[in-house]
Amino acid sequence: MFSRILVSALFAGFLAGLIAALLQLVFVQPVLLHAELYESGALNHFGDDAAANGAGGAAAAIPGVDLERDGLSVLFTALTYTGFAFLLVAAMALAEDRGFRITVRQGLVWGVAGFVAFQLAPALGAPPELPGSAAAEIGPRQIWWFGTVGATAAGLALVAFARSWALRGVAALLLLAPHLIGAPHPDEFFGPAPPELASLFAARSLGTGLAAWSLLGLLAAYFWLREGKRTEGMARVV
Amino acid sequence: MTAQIQSRTGISAKLAAIALSAFIGLAIVTLAGHVQTAALHDAAHDSRHAMGFPCH
Repeated sequence: MFSRILVSALFAGFLAGLIAALLQLVFVQPVLLHAELYESGALNHFGDDAAANGAGGAAAAIPGVDLERDGLSVLFTALTYTGFAFLLVAAMALAEDRGFRITVRQGLVWGVAGFVAFQLAPALGAPPELPGSAAAEIGPRQIWWFGTVGATAAGLALVAFARSWALRGVAALLLLAPHLIGAPHPDEFFGPAPPELASLFAARSLGTGLAAWSLLGLLAAYFWLREGKRTEGMARVV
Repeated sequence: MTAQIQSRTGISAKLAAIALSAFIGLAIVTLAGHVQTAALHDAAHDSRHAMGFPCH
């Protein structure tokens, strides 16, 4: 059982993570680098100096590919998705053990649910941040992040598998609670980057996340079923 | 009797494998996304921002 989970999670997580990393490099990283020019002071969107404004003909050019920096990003994105894959495949294994059938097509729903739990729900309280954004203390925000992911994942599992109305009510409470409690917010706003970049960054981060998580769900279900058939075949031969 | 014991260990071994996998996944996500030591934070910086983890 463990080797079936291990193999499925490693293949699905690493593949989906590589594609997530490529999508991030193309769509997310340029916005982040643009914002860093405001953070460093190379660009300034306040005042009348059109050249320093940085919207169209920027006074400071956005840096291109940096092999070391981008290489580390690819590595860590692939690693993070491998972690996501372990959690997702473990949940699939548990569902199958309880008599629910997994199909590749259903993998898409699993992936989208993972995206909602790990990225969309936390983003409702703490949207993906540009470097230099004003933010509250890191500790409480991380606690809120873990609480939100846990409550949302449990809530979605109840929506999918619960058979009583009482449990469906619990599901609604779990999904709502993190947002009624609310994420920690900073006492003042002082981010140097333009709000236009911040909203583009948040949208791109979520969009690439949805794409990669959808793929992760499909791949996790595919490898889970393939590994199941393979080990079943081996058991028969023995 | 023996069959019952075997099926019970079978079930608990399954659940142990599932729990271990979930623990590994959580550990990886915590390490890559949340631990704030300087080296890890700097190396994972861009990917943390891109995936919406609280970073600074």
